[in-house]
Amino acid sequence: MNPRIFSELRAIVGQRGLITSPEELRTYECDGLTNFRVVPSAVVLPESAEQVQKVVSLCHREHIAFVARGSGTGLSGGALPVESGIVISLARLNRILEVDIPNQRVMVEPGVINAFVTQEVAPSGYFYAPDPSSQSVCSIGGNVAENSGGAHCLKYGFTTTHVLGLEAVLPDGSLVHLGGKNLDAPGYDLCGVFVGSEGTLGVATKANLRIVKKPEVVQTLLAAFNTTNEAGAAVSGIIAAGILPAAIEMMDALAMEAAEAAVHAGYPKCGGLLLVELDGPAAEVAELMRQVREVCDSCGAWEFRLAQSEEERMVIWKGRKAAFAAVGRISPNYIVQDGVIPRTALPQVMSEIVRLSSEAGLRVANVFHAGDGNLHPLVLYDRRIEGQEKAAEKLAGDILTLCVTAGGSITGEHGVGEEKKAFMSVMFAEPDLDTMQLVRCAFDPDGISNPGKVFPRTRLCAEKQGVYEPHPLEVAGVAQYF
Amino acid sequence: MDAVLAEGQVRDASPTDAIDGALPLKLIEPADEQGLAKAVAWANENGITLAARGGGTKLSWGTPPRSVDAVISTKRLGRVLEHAWADMTATVEAGCTVSRLQEELVKRGQRLAIDPLFPERATFGGLVATNDSGTLRIRYGSIRDLIIGITVALPDGTLARSGGKVVKNVAGYDLQKLMTGALGTLGVITQATFRLHPLPRESQTFSFGCTDSAAANRLILAIMDSMLVPTGLQMRVRAGSGPAVDIRIDGIHAGIEAQSEQLQKLTTDTRRIEEEGDVWSERQQLWQGTDPSLIGKISVLPSQLASATAAVERLCSSPQLKWSVVAQSTGLATVRIEASEHGQLHFALNGIRAAIHALGGTVVVLTCPAEMKKQIDVWGPTGDAQQLMVRVKQQFDPRGILNRGRFVGGI
Repeated sequence: MNPRIFSELRAIVGQRGLITSPEELRTYECDGLTNFRVVPSAVVLPESAEQVQKVVSLCHREHIAFVARGSGTGLSGGALPVESGIVISLARLNRILEVDIPNQRVMVEPGVINAFVTQEVAPSGYFYAPDPSSQSVCSIGGNVAENSGGAHCLKYGFTTTHVLGLEAVLPDGSLVHLGGKNLDAPGYDLCGVFVGSEGTLGVATKANLRIVKKPEVVQTLLAAFNTTNEAGAAVSGIIAAGILPAAIEMMDALAMEAAEAAVHAGYPKCGGLLLVELDGPAAEVAELMRQVREVCDSCGAWEFRLAQSEEERMVIWKGRKAAFAAVGRISPNYIVQDGVIPRTALPQVMSEIVRLSSEAGLRVANVFHAGDGNLHPLVLYDRRIEGQEKAAEKLAGDILTLCVTAGGSITGEHGVGEEKKAFMSVMFAEPDLDTMQLVRCAFDPDGISNPGKVFPRTRLCAEKQGVYEPHPLEVAGVAQYF
Repeated sequence: MDAVLAEGQVRDASPTDAIDGALPLKLIEPADEQGLAKAVAWANENGITLAARGGGTKLSWGTPPRSVDAVISTKRLGRVLEHAWADMTATVEAGCTVSRLQEELVKRGQRLAIDPLFPERATFGGLVATNDSGTLRIRYGSIRDLIIGITVALPDGTLARSGGKVVKNVAGYDLQKLMTGALGTLGVITQATFRLHPLPRESQTFSFGCTDSAAANRLILAIMDSMLVPTGLQMRVRAGSGPAVDIRIDGIHAGIEAQSEQLQKLTTDTRRIEEEGDVWSERQQLWQGTDPSLIGKISVLPSQLASATAAVERLCSSPQLKWSVVAQSTGLATVRIEASEHGQLHFALNGIRAAIHALGGTVVVLTCPAEMKKQIDVWGPTGDAQQLMVRVKQQFDPRGILNRGRFVGGI
């Protein structure tokens, strides 16, 4: 990169806001998906929206690709740097700007850690609902980019439900406000479009979040089954009974083995473990929990454990949330997938995964957000054994295709990023992808904001102008507009 | 056009097809999604301007059209395509009415948790295009939060799909949100898929009379800050009578009983009132009355509902004006003002807008006399994102054939 660019960037963010040394740049060469690595030309750490705006304006002027980065915990390579591009780290935009308890709103900068929002409002009896497993380190900006979910979005919705407004720097350097603190701002719901756009439409610099009142009681039940199919039948039974739990999670034997090895959650040894959490008014939760146990009973559950204290509940969740990392204890390498299937397809998809796994000769551990059909199959392999990595990648891909064939999606919460862009064509037809590109062209006609991600190919934005064209009848003098 | 669609799908428009006084030449009623897409493409190639119509219940929302050669109706696209009850999703054609779907869902003890205006006639195409929401929003969000997939006919004839049939899905841009509330200016919606909720086993509504709007607003905030989990929470205020607050609690019997005890503790110094009829249809009742009248949608913060109501009261204090507000605890309020002549409505609107803008809120005029509508900006300011919105419109509808001039800033 031209040294002139470095000095301009330095002038904007200061000496301590610019990283250019090869050793330090290595820190930013990947995100949570470590098998893709690109060293960027520079990393900037702006401290204000104004600085972000100046950096992006410079990129626009000089046609430099940029990638925004939060905490770098993403699992699809969304924050993977671009060759010869720069990374804009939002880590220093980490202030909680406003807490408005009566209106249940919080305004934050993008570098604020997800869990800090809840910590801030917990004394007033509130929480921030989206809870990705990485919530103790992941940032709100990253959550906005990925439309992050988490175990509790079954009941409370995803990030998009909880982001009411954004301040964002568009790829041409202009600053816009999308949505707002109030509902239904007149105009297109561009806030809704921006959330989940994986950094391809610009850089969020502020977010207006909705917070939720903490429920009166929370109860967490573990139910042990012999198979994941039995546990899956219980999930369907619970939903069919008209019960909407705060979360329903499932783990298979292999995933539990890993979780046990890592955090000693004390899970019963079984083939399929269900974790059901109900929250709400005490009287209601008590009665519905009784019904949940009945359903589980009728589906073959042979052991129940109801968390008796907040500490016990936390241990149960710790095991679940640590499951990905814990797999590292039983396998040197693994690939996490994020496919979604209609809940009813679970038994069929599970047996298909077992078949594919035995064909490939690789183990697959399964952790699901079972309530909404979001699977997290973990394909275990050993990079040192020749051919295993390729086989694991193929198996992971086959599982994604399987999800789409079952009527689902290639990603429920991790995003498409770099990793799954080839699979977008499995899920969507060409005209669908072209239509999404129309949005891209409106926001980023030069294609400099996180280019090369999400979509299988880059489309050039044709200049299209909405010019008024007179109607033939008008020209003929037969009709007129009024 | 006759070459594009089979016989009987295009006819001359009648005066009842007019939109805000603009009379189209033709009414197009395609028999299926592909026919609709072809008709839209044909119109685009020939520079024919279109307005999409479902049940026609909210057709006058928006700026009067700058041009409408033809109305394209989804009347024949009225099917419920799928109710995947075990997965709790449903897919409908755009012309399906809200009631038609709900009747299907109730057979399995489910519902789409939204209560928009005129559900017997309102279609999903129109509901999504206007993002109309009712009293259930406090708990379930608006249709924007419930839509999980969409198919749209674009001006070039593309039938574009986004989202899918699973509730959790982040693959690709969220075009269903872009289309929600876009007033049919980016494409004609042909299908949509929604997530469903179980029907509540029981439901109970409590109403309270309050001394003034400030007291009503305090009660609403206290309920929001409590352990109660209402599925409806609104205040009703009208000229000449004290405000009322309604709260609806759904769930199982034991839960409702426990919550009603908590509610009693919160309302010890508030008078419980017995209302006749369904208080939750009060918003829809605002569409009945004498003309000239104006109906507006106010958006403020929940804590500002009393200030917003006070502004309406102050600016409509003339005895020639009658007003009524139904405000949801989400901060969305619907106001109806009746006057003896247009000028009074115009004057009141300007004053109310100034007061609401000072609170950081917005006022969108939904209906008012056609003459007045030509003189005002029904949407109000859209801020610094207007240029971006224009660019979005240009990408999707470069020739500007869809609902020309009806959306924000003349889009």
